[in-house]
This record gives sequence, C-alpha cells and structure tokens, in this order.
Amino acid sequence: MSESRRIRLKVNCEWRESRAAPRKLLVDFLREDLGLTGTHVGCEHGICGACTILVNGEAARSCLMLAVQADGAELTTVEGLAAHGKLHPLQEAFREHHGLQCGFCTPGMLLTAYDLLCVNPAPDEEEIRAALSAVLCRCTGYLGIIEAVKTAARRLREAISK
Amino acid sequence: MAAQRFIGRPVKRIEDLPLLTGRGVFIADLPFANLRHAAILRAPYAHARILGINASRARGAPGVVGVITGNDVARLTRPFAVGVRAPVKYYCMATGKVRFVGEPVAVVVADDRYLAEDALELIEVEYEPLPAVIDPERAAAPDAPVLHEEAGTNVACRRKMTYGDPQRCFEDADVVVKAQFKFPKYSSTPIETYGVAASYEPGSGVLTIWANFMGPFILHSLLARSLNLAENRLRLIVPPDIGGSYGIKTSIFPYMALLGLAAMETGVTVRWIEDRREHLLAASSGTDRVAYRELAARKDGTLLAMRARWLDNVGGYIRSPEPGCAFRPIGNWVGPYRVQSLDIDAGVVMTNKCPTGPNRGYGCGHLYFEIERMVDMLADKLGMDPAEVRRRNLIQPSQFPYRTPTGGLYDSGDYPAAFERALKTADYAGLRREQVQARAQGRLFGVGLALAVDPSVSNMGYISVALDPEIRGRPGYLPKSGATEAITIRIDPLGKISVILGSTPQGQGHRTILAQVVADEFGVELDDVTVTDEMDTFTRLWSVSSGSYSSRFATVGASAAAVAARKLKAKLVKHASYLTEIPEQALEFADGQVRPRAGGQPALSLKELAGRVHWNAAALPEGIEPGLEATAVFGFPEAKSPDALDRVNSSNTYGFIAEVMAVEVDPETAAVKILRYVSVHDAGTIINPLIADGQILGGALHGLGGALYEELVYDEDGQQLCASFMDYLVPTAAEAPQLQIEHLASPSPFTPLGAKGLGEASSMTAPAVVANAVSDALRPLGIEITELPITPSRLWHLIEKARMRKP
Repeated sequence: MSESRRIRLKVNCEWRESRAAPRKLLVDFLREDLGLTGTHVGCEHGICGACTILVNGEAARSCLMLAVQADGAELTTVEGLAAHGKLHPLQEAFREHHGLQCGFCTPGMLLTAYDLLCVNPAPDEEEIRAALSAVLCRCTGYLGIIEAVKTAARRLREAISK
Repeated sequence: MAAQRFIGRPVKRIEDLPLLTGRGVFIADLPFANLRHAAILRAPYAHARILGINASRARGAPGVVGVITGNDVARLTRPFAVGVRAPVKYYCMATGKVRFVGEPVAVVVADDRYLAEDALELIEVEYEPLPAVIDPERAAAPDAPVLHEEAGTNVACRRKMTYGDPQRCFEDADVVVKAQFKFPKYSSTPIETYGVAASYEPGSGVLTIWANFMGPFILHSLLARSLNLAENRLRLIVPPDIGGSYGIKTSIFPYMALLGLAAMETGVTVRWIEDRREHLLAASSGTDRVAYRELAARKDGTLLAMRARWLDNVGGYIRSPEPGCAFRPIGNWVGPYRVQSLDIDAGVVMTNKCPTGPNRGYGCGHLYFEIERMVDMLADKLGMDPAEVRRRNLIQPSQFPYRTPTGGLYDSGDYPAAFERALKTADYAGLRREQVQARAQGRLFGVGLALAVDPSVSNMGYISVALDPEIRGRPGYLPKSGATEAITIRIDPLGKISVILGSTPQGQGHRTILAQVVADEFGVELDDVTVTDEMDTFTRLWSVSSGSYSSRFATVGASAAAVAARKLKAKLVKHASYLTEIPEQALEFADGQVRPRAGGQPALSLKELAGRVHWNAAALPEGIEPGLEATAVFGFPEAKSPDALDRVNSSNTYGFIAEVMAVEVDPETAAVKILRYVSVHDAGTIINPLIADGQILGGALHGLGGALYEELVYDEDGQQLCASFMDYLVPTAAEAPQLQIEHLASPSPFTPLGAKGLGEASSMTAPAVVANAVSDALRPLGIEITELPITPSRLWHLIEKARMRKP
C-alpha cells in the first residue's frame, strides 16, 4: 500500500489522468477512477474474458494487469467502439443475430472479436470459435455470437473493398 | 383479438443498445454517495465448531469502518424460515458452527475493497474441526456426523407418495427395468457474480437493499423477518441490468440480510461484489441427487407404473425455495406419458457442501434424465426402437386439457406431432442407417431421443407438498397457492404509452416483449411504447410470487400486460362513446384509434382521446374515472394448493420438447462429439422468435454443460476442488454444438395470448438426450450412462472396464 502513482493513458482516443495505488487492477482503475463501467469483472483470474479491452491495439485482460502497467498506453474499451453515434459493424451484427442476452460478457466478447478481425479479417467458423473461446458467455449458447462475427467480418471486408 | 403486427416477429431488442455500448447499469455500476465496501471471511473447513473469533486487530486496521461476526448475527437477526419441519437454523452467516467450505464467518466494511480484504487477514478464528459428510446416502445413515444437532438427523424432509395402483402394476408387468442414477451438482455460474448494496435510514427505520436478485419475492418476507423489520420498512431495489442468473441469483438473499445488517450496524452505505472464488465455493448450485428407479411395462412397450426413491443433497442448510428440486415438477412427474401409477419416496438430505437452490430446469433436468434413460433401457430390453416405445405411450392431442395422476393440468399440445417433427427434421431413419454402417466399421455412433413436458409459471403452493397432508390438514394451517404478476399501463396526455412492471429480467428481453404486446394491443408503433422494469418493492406492485423465475414472464407477465391494455381500451371506447354519442358496442379500438365498427367516421385517435381525458378532467362523464392508467393483476385459477392426496398443479402452462441427438464417441480419448442436435418446442404462441430461440440455445448449452463438463467436486473432507474457472469447466464457443430448432404452436387456453414459458426449455432435456445418445453409441460395449457428467475420464474408465469384461 505504498503511495499512489500518477497514471496517464489514452483511452478511446482521449488522454486521461488519475492517481492509483500500485496494486490497483487496471479494470478497477477504469471503472472506479475513470468512470468507464462498460468493462466488466467476471472472474479476476483471466478466464472469463468479460474484462477484455485493447491495450496498444491488442486484446488483454484488464483484470490481470495493474493500472500502473498501463501508464502511457493506448486503450480501447467498449465505450470506444461506436464512433460518432454510429454502432460498429460488430455491435450492429450482435444485435441482429441476438448475440447478447444479459449483456455482461458482451464488452469482452466485442473486443475479442474486434481483435480477431484486426488480425484475421476473413476468419472461418473454426477460427471464430477458437478466438471467442477466450470469453465465457452463459446466456446465448454462442451460436448467435458466432454468426454475428461472420456477418461483421463480411461487412467490414466489403466496406474496405468499396 | 388485436391485429398482430409485432407479436410473432423477430423484433430486435430494445435492451441491446445500452448493453452494446457499455452503458448498461449493473449492480456494480450503481453510483452511491460515500460508499464503503465489504469483504467476507469464509470458513476453511467443511464442518467445524467456531470456538472464538478475535476481530480486534481488523477493527483497528486502516480504513476499516466495522466488522460483523456470527455473534452479531445471532444477537440481531433470526434464522430464515424454511418450508420443512426440520428445526434447521439457517442464519445469514455462521453462528457457532460452519457447515460448508466458504460459509461466511465475518464481514469487514472498509473504505475500499482492497482495504477490506487486507483486514480480513487480521481476523483470528479458532476452529474445532468435525468429521464431514458429503455423500447424500452416507449422510442419511444413522451413524453419520450430524450437521444440525437440533434436528438430530441430516434428513431434512422425506415424503412417500402413491398415485394410482403401482403395486398391482408392478405385479402385472411383463417387464420391469431398474436403475440407479446420479445427477451432479452443477451451477449456471452467471458471468456477473452476486452483488448487494445496503443503506439504512434510522429516521424512517427503512433499510434499502439493492441486489441483482431475481425473486421470487416470497424471500422479501423471509428477509424482513430475519432482520426483525416490518415488510414496509424493507425496500428492495433491483438494478436495471442483471448479468445472468438462470435461477442461481434466487439464493442471494442470505447476503442481502448480511449486508443489510452490516449497513444497520455500521451506519454507512456499503456494497459487496462477490468474487468468482466466493461464487463457486459458496453461492448456490443445482442439487445433486441419487435416485433409484423402476419402470413397469407390458411387453408391447406400454408403460404401466413408475417407482422412484431419491435423495436430494441440499448441502449444509436447507434453504428456501428448497426442497423445490424434489417437488417443483410434481405435476409433470409422469412426463409426456399416459402412466397412471406412481410410487415416490422423495428424500432431502443435508451434507457439508454449499447449499443449493434453483438452477435452470429446476428439478426437471433430474426428472427427464431418469425417465428418458429408463425408457431407452426398456426399449433395449424389449428389443424395440426407442422411438416406437415413446410413440405408444404419448398423451394424445384429444386428451387435452389432461389431468396427470399427480395433479398437473397439461393445458394443450400435440405431442405426437412434435415428436414426429423432431424425428423427421433429424432424419431419424437416416441416422439409424448411418449407425449400422458406423458400427460395421467399429465406430461408436449413437442416436438419442428425449421428450419432456416443459412446465412454466410455478404455483407457489407446490412447495407445501414437502409437508405431510396431515400437517396441511390441521386447523390453523395456512394453505399456499397462486402465481400472479401485476402490470400498470399509463397513457400520457400526448397519447404515448408507458408500461411499468416489477419483473427482474436477466437477459430475457422483457421490455422488448412487452413493447410488442402492448403496441399490438393498441395498434401503435413499438416506438410509441416505453417499458420500465427495475423492481422496487416500494413503488412497484408485487406479491409473493413476483420475480423472474420458472419461465414465467411470457406467460403471466405478457398476460397481465394484455389485460391491462384491454382495460384501458375499454375505458377509451367508453369515453369515445360519450363524445360521439355512438353506443359502445358499435365502436371498436383498432389501429391506435376508436372508430365505428362499421367503418368510416368519426375516428378518435389515441392522442386526441388522451388529451381530452388529461386536460379536461372535469368534463368526464359520470362513471369514467379521471386519469388514463390501468393495472392488471393476472393470476391462474388452476394454481390451487395441494389436495389431501398430494395432487397439485405445480405449474400453470406446460409446453413440450422433443429432441434428437447423434453423437460419436472417440474410442481412444472417450471424447463425445455431437454430430446432430434437433430440438422441437411447443410453447404455444411465440411472441419473439429471436428471443425464444436464444433462450432455447442458452438452455441447451447449460444442460450440456452439466451433462458433459461441469461439476462442483468435493473431496471426502468436504474441500471444494473447483473454485476457479480453471477447474470448473464452462463450455466455450469451441464446444457449442449447432442446434436446429423448430416450433409448433398449441396456444395455451389459460392465457390471453396463448403463450407458454420456454426460458428453461432444453436445459431439462439436454442431459437426457446426450446420455441416451452416448449410451446408444456404447451399446455394443454394454454401457449404460447412469451418472453425469459424462467427462472423458469417467467415460474412458467405463469403456476400459467394459472392454475387460468383453475381451
């Protein structure tokens, strides 16, 4: 419980700054200090994936990182997915395919899918399933989510080729 | 009936936008001024006496506001009431003894969660370990360690019930099949854990508790009594969003009492968010069961009678609504079959495991696993196709409404049609041909069937069958019955509609469903309707059966909405009749206006009528109350209390499920691969097929999780071996099978829209269908699956043993 540290990071394209104890988890810092409650805590041991965000462009468990480790980093949380009031194609497709019910795992699911599509813009079903297996969902039985990622991937590819 | 523009359509959910953009409001997101945080110290032993607790160092630790121990709980609260006669004292925290690993022993309230957890480490507890008992049969033995000395036995409840003439049926039977079954202890592990906040206002004496609690609100009464509060001094508020429950969050109520006590004692507003380890150790789970079953039949496959003896393991304390697992399906104990005779011996026993409660499919996963396995065993014994045995015993469409021997009143259905649809969709004959080829190649390929009657909207009265009819017949005994829901609809001065309900959805899309129902009733657009849920016991209408459980919303909630809308429409027609001087009978409400039935003018829009009612209240004629709102409390007259012969209509609508699954078992690794899975449902009118199929998909994966992967395992000392998601295996996207869903609709005659529930649905058939498919795959080895989960290691051992038997 040593002195709190100054943490400055870029979240959803905006520089934010606050102080936190060195032991404070990144997810707690996001939720409590920056007011970004869209990122959820489901297990605090890196399995359920609900807290997944992007750190410097890659998916990471914000429950397995300390806030101080993210000092200077660039983060994307679920609050940053929609741009200018327009849903991201993944968000649109989740809605169309009923890829969410309670919505608790959804932020982690969306960012995991986002990460997949950055690395692999044309994943097949097996690759989608493998990537999404990083996040647990207990409502949907996953099929709607898998279909949503397929749809979003197709639309994103079409948008790029236009 | 109103024209249906939205009912039956896959309307996209209203709920989705905030949830997709990180703007949902879950219990951990609720803002509070000057909030403190709680952490809970938990028992390391399964069974031990608490000799002393020293919390003085914790009280002086940095940031600590207060510490609550079992002594405070014993002094300031009362044990929760339970539905059985055993004198079990279940408090919100251990007092004197701990009875399962993870049982709360002390609570620290501090400035933040980190500081609260630091202080937990400073609390010294002296224990005297006692022998633990985990196995239900062992716990029921006379020489077992006793958990509750006052009770003198671990058996919390035992009921023997006979219907028809089972003895004679068994004597007359050509064939009797016998088997023992074990159903595992598994949970649904919602990704959002339990969360509770509490605040006490000494001036008014009101304790407010926020919790991701889902009802039933009978537990509000239990909580108030436990905290020595009048019910109208205990305010429960459920946050707008709940991160899944599947029954599990029913059992949050002890923590609501504990945090309520902490708030009253420390004088601060305090919140506790359970962590995953706490959840897996000590929240709740389904009930593990050992069952012994016998099935009597004729050689043509006609089922004559069922005999069952089971022991449900409810863990360290029997807590409400247990022993519901044993009795919730009482009305559908015969499933979809025309069996008239049953012999039931239902036992409920306490052991040193985490207490249990409702888990999706409550009691029905157990029931259909046992019945449907028995039917397959019978088919095998008779050398008949399992589909044919089922066909010969199904209740026929002409028999509805059908009264079961145990008192259930099946409202509607066409079971043979739904079953044939499932067989056809799955190409059952083709799968059997494929099996012949596969077996010829030495492959372990199997086809499984499972049928179920899917009960929804529990009758609150069913649980009293836990008591002997003699007790229920005593003077002064208060019978219990019913299943109600209240909904208010209000029309504002511009003619827009607000719907207010007290349900506690956990992802089922209640707001969307009601927007569809109410928009159709009034003939307006979805956008014209705003639906508010968010239960608050001080402002919403509710009763003991309120809550979102037993797949009840599409049935009782949607019905209440339709009835409330019809009341308002009648009022508007009456007022229009006064204004136009056209008799009421000659007017109708349609397409958002009141107009002559014969067509033409004058047509008065909702907006115009609403404006007149609100803005010119003094001009309303006699007999029309001012204001434009209506409340309907919908109930089911058939939800009666049990009769003296232990017959009770335990649910209010009954759907039907027919499933077919094909699997292949890897002979080397014993992994089960699902090749085909078809699920046909008849839940009456489907309000939103998108939501309905989502419920079925989720339920199926819950059932498969329990059947293939998930089990809360304990060692002999009562240590729980899977307190993290690394050890407790939840199915992921990689394991989710493709599921083909089909619907038939036999509308319920007991609801205005004809809808039945389907929130639990395939969670109750998946264990049965996969166990039947795997058993069928392993038939060449003579293996019958009688115990779940069918983990690869368990199955591998069975295969090895069988191979040694049959070289």
